[in-house]
Amino acid sequence: MIEYYVQSASSFAGDIDNLFLVITLIIGFWFFLVFGIFVYLMVRYRRKDGVKAKYITGEKHSETKWTHYPHYAVVAFDVVIIAINILVWVDIKQTLPPRDNLVRVIGQQWSWSFIHAGPDGELDTPDDVATVNDLHLKVGETYHYELQSRDVLHNFAVPAFRLRQDAVPGRTISGWFKPTKTGTFDLQCAEMCGYGHGIMGAAVTVHSEESFNATMAQIQKGSYESHYQKRMGTKTDLPSKTSHIGKEDSFAALLASIF
Amino acid sequence: MSQEAATVQTDIHEEHHEELNFLHKYILPTDHKIIAMQYIFTGMIMAIIGGYFAYAFRMQLAFPGELVPFYGLVGPGEYNMLVTNHGTIMIFWVAMPVLIAGFGNYIIPLMIGCDDMVFPRLNRLSYQIFLVSALVLILSFFVKGGGFGGAWTSYPPLSSAAEYSLTDWGSSLWVLAVALEFVSFLLGGINFITTTMNARAPGMKMMDIPIAVWFIVLAVILFMASVGPLIAGAVMLFMDQRIGTTFFLPSGGGDPLLWQHLFWFFGHPEVYVVLLPTLGIVADIITVFARKKLFGYRTVLYTAFATGGLSFVVWAHHQFIAGIDPRMANVFVVTTVLISIPLAEMMFSYIATLYGGSIEFKTPMLWALSFLAAFLIGGVTGIYLGASALDVYFHDSYFVLAHFHYTFFPITIIGMFAAITYWFPKMFGRMMNETLGKIHFWGTFIPFNCIFLPLFFLGLAGQHRRIYNYNHFPDLATQELQDIRVFATASLVVMLFFQLIFIYNFFVSMFKGEKAPNNPWKANSLEWSIPSPPPHGNFKTLPTVYRGPYEYSAPGRDLDYWPQNEPPEKS
Repeated sequence: MIEYYVQSASSFAGDIDNLFLVITLIIGFWFFLVFGIFVYLMVRYRRKDGVKAKYITGEKHSETKWTHYPHYAVVAFDVVIIAINILVWVDIKQTLPPRDNLVRVIGQQWSWSFIHAGPDGELDTPDDVATVNDLHLKVGETYHYELQSRDVLHNFAVPAFRLRQDAVPGRTISGWFKPTKTGTFDLQCAEMCGYGHGIMGAAVTVHSEESFNATMAQIQKGSYESHYQKRMGTKTDLPSKTSHIGKEDSFAALLASIF
Repeated sequence: MSQEAATVQTDIHEEHHEELNFLHKYILPTDHKIIAMQYIFTGMIMAIIGGYFAYAFRMQLAFPGELVPFYGLVGPGEYNMLVTNHGTIMIFWVAMPVLIAGFGNYIIPLMIGCDDMVFPRLNRLSYQIFLVSALVLILSFFVKGGGFGGAWTSYPPLSSAAEYSLTDWGSSLWVLAVALEFVSFLLGGINFITTTMNARAPGMKMMDIPIAVWFIVLAVILFMASVGPLIAGAVMLFMDQRIGTTFFLPSGGGDPLLWQHLFWFFGHPEVYVVLLPTLGIVADIITVFARKKLFGYRTVLYTAFATGGLSFVVWAHHQFIAGIDPRMANVFVVTTVLISIPLAEMMFSYIATLYGGSIEFKTPMLWALSFLAAFLIGGVTGIYLGASALDVYFHDSYFVLAHFHYTFFPITIIGMFAAITYWFPKMFGRMMNETLGKIHFWGTFIPFNCIFLPLFFLGLAGQHRRIYNYNHFPDLATQELQDIRVFATASLVVMLFFQLIFIYNFFVSMFKGEKAPNNPWKANSLEWSIPSPPPHGNFKTLPTVYRGPYEYSAPGRDLDYWPQNEPPEKS
């Protein structure tokens, strides 16, 4: 169902989609069962003249079984959900598979900086490639990311990868993903980060081997047009901090005009 | 114990006969009923502000960048301020005052059969602090820099430093208002618990207390047990903002995650704090209108205890991807999913109550039943979010937003309308217009679903929250998704329009409605045994209670109800 809207472009996206499907089936079953009974009871026991309601305390065993037995079934389904969930979670967040490549992701108000490790696969070496709002990845490689923030909380969220992780100032948070499809996807900041939160996006481009090397070379030569800029058109309506101060009063002015 | 209390009560009762002047009756009241009205009316005014904010930002989402009629232009900063304060107002200044403080104040003394709260002046002080907190919050919208825009969860460092939030005094006043509001409810809460435990009418045993009262008391206990850490957190946040401490700033040795733990340690029980009163009110309403005894009184009560207890150990499910140790998440997945066990049992009991009933679809009953239906959707979609691996995709997306509006809207708005339509005859001595009530019901319930069901699909599409204009994200700026946004906004406008019918019905019925008898719904609990509206001091003589509140359609009786204070027939 998720795939109808968003491509599944990482190795664990399928697991998350399947988990979604399993839970949908389970709760769909319960929802329609309970809702069906609920509607049936409302219609069947609507008020009719001369018909008195039954007197049921719901405290005898013969009565409580009607709520207890379905309730045991709920417990059983809960166990299934917990078990599947923990398997997927351990795979995505708790284990770090061996890496092929490394990237540092830095959030700040209100843009993303990426430092690609370059050919040697290590950060903080001279062959690092830094970009702004433009992440370049090689398809089929397992990436580790080092997530940092320069100011407030941000969230490194790439829906197509089913990836989301908060960036916390003062910490470096590690994780992994493995892109499986080429293409350009949205990166969205998913944690409220202030005035420009609504524009804090970036483009994530997954390349084939040749295209990746070509792009890296272009960036280093400086003859490169940002994918993010291309995707966004030529919009330049990024808000500046100073423009906000003093402009706060349209709401106040409106109320003043009413009263 | 209740006998002693009753003696004391009778003494106090004698003082109540003098006529009070306007100032002492309506402005500085100690009468729990007037204080309840103050809370309810303040809450309803705040609900109008909250609804107006929702209207403004939904219009911006549907028609980005265009002038919103009756508002103006919604810029990014203003958008943040609107969503932040919409959430804050609806939870802290609508759900809490109307359901807990308002109806708690109104029904607790009436339903347990005493003349007033045991600490009437504390009660008055509680409302006054609450009013100040509401005024401080409203003031925060007008200070330089505008209102606080860091989301209702106000995560630092965004909320703790003006250079990040750009709302210097807006954030401080916001924290101050929230802290004051908590102080107010702590005072009120002490009162609710003490009154219910000590001032019950003679003969009312613990298991004879109506579920509505029980659940409000449980909610207050949960609130009082969980709010401490948050008040501590709010003080730290305020100090970070104003005197430069660094409790939450990593550069000074603080930790932003500390706030999240303090906030959600309170924030998750808070969900049940507002949920329980509505569940209790709904239990009372469905028994009255189905003419049925509540199915498994003790089961329902104990499942509420279990839910309340569990709610203290689930808070980190809001933080699965916030940078906590991923191993810790597994524990919180288990506790979170476990909450479905008591709540499912409770839900089954409510639905089983309908079995064999004689259901009359009066307006309060429609609200109560629609609460169950809507809350069922809210409840089951919570399972998705309790699963940490799915939370990786859904965290802070519209799926979360739709889920918690399917819990909070039924709790707050539907619960409020259920309670108002049910107790209106008692409160004002007149009946509400039934036809207008039903038009208002359908005009609210159908658009409500039209607003929030589509938002689940936006969540599936990966749309994240608190974005003032989705055109900045190419994957989300498609026509298909924009159509959904426009549809949701249109439904909201329709729903808001139907609220005018409620306001009309409310005020016209208050002055011109048909006179209400003492017991228009033929209900059992004690408040229906006295005149509508109840006089100052409530009961002429304190009632004696002979049985539980849910003895409807008891065998061997001609009447299908059996008031709690009616002496058993001698045979």
